[in-house]
Amino acid sequence: MISSFERHGAMEKKKPVVLVNERYCKGCHICVEFCPTSVFEMRGFTAVVKNPEACIACMQCELRCPDFAVTVSQ
Amino acid sequence: MGFDYGKYIRPGKLPHIWCPGCGHGIVMKGLIRAIDSVGFSKDMTSIVSGIGCASRLPGYVDFCTLHTTHGRGVAFATGIKMAKPEMNVICVGGDGDGVAIGGNHFIHACRRNIDITYLIMNNNIYGMTGGQFSPTTPTGAKASTTPYGNPDPPFDIAKLAIGAGATFVARGTAFHAAQIDKLLAEAMRHKGFSVVEILDSCPTTYGRRNKYKSVIEMMNHLKDVAVPLSAAEKMTAEQLRGKVITGVLYKENKPEYASEYRKLVERVQAG
Repeated sequence: MISSFERHGAMEKKKPVVLVNERYCKGCHICVEFCPTSVFEMRGFTAVVKNPEACIACMQCELRCPDFAVTVSQ
Repeated sequence: MGFDYGKYIRPGKLPHIWCPGCGHGIVMKGLIRAIDSVGFSKDMTSIVSGIGCASRLPGYVDFCTLHTTHGRGVAFATGIKMAKPEMNVICVGGDGDGVAIGGNHFIHACRRNIDITYLIMNNNIYGMTGGQFSPTTPTGAKASTTPYGNPDPPFDIAKLAIGAGATFVARGTAFHAAQIDKLLAEAMRHKGFSVVEILDSCPTTYGRRNKYKSVIEMMNHLKDVAVPLSAAEKMTAEQLRGKVITGVLYKENKPEYASEYRKLVERVQAG
């Protein structure tokens, strides 16, 4: 049986970190539209991470961002 | 977890000049992933381009790069391959650069079957110069020089390449981003002239003149028109109307020009 501490630790390890480089982002909406779990939203002319907990690390945003602005890491 | 593009990008060159939503950035990522997967070293890879939006690509990537005159990317790439056959030569460019201004260089490079990978980012327009129609602008589409609709039928770049003698021809789209690196990697491994056409989107000069409301609509259009080769084989001509077949469309093995030329030199020198 897994203790709650271990389970928590395992979850923490897997949690993806989504970052948007605001200097590179040109606000094309691609990440906002193609994210299946609505992690991003537009704020002014750039995309921002609104809902980081929802990220399932499908990597669609990093794959599709034409501006090298979105990175997903663990 | 994600791919580290940073090691292949020249420091301080980003953000790039491409417009918001331009697919060229997606294709450039695919090219970087492909080179990484094939394992070409930076010193032994030469990326050559002509002029245009797509041809700005070599400025951002940290390889041996050459930015040449309009349409002449393939001609310069041929020179590099002939002088240094051990180099991995990749030529990049747009549709106007590749099949209009450089159309002659393109067909003759196909004919010779020289070992170059030619990546054509086809966005159906001359984006950089203000949206003039190109040879791949669809019939009826509006451009700055065809305000009442384009009367010309477009080129099918893949068929042109096959007809001219290219030995590897593939097509993908900027929407199918994960496929781009696979097509390019296969093209780079192929010994001979490989043409990879990636259908791209130009929201600024093509999309807004042709009733695409957003970048997303253009991306979804690419998604809708693309049909993989395996699916297309089961479809009728009627079902395929207006669709674009993607995947590796043609592949054959033929003698490669640079190595054949070297053999000729050795034969003549031996007397």
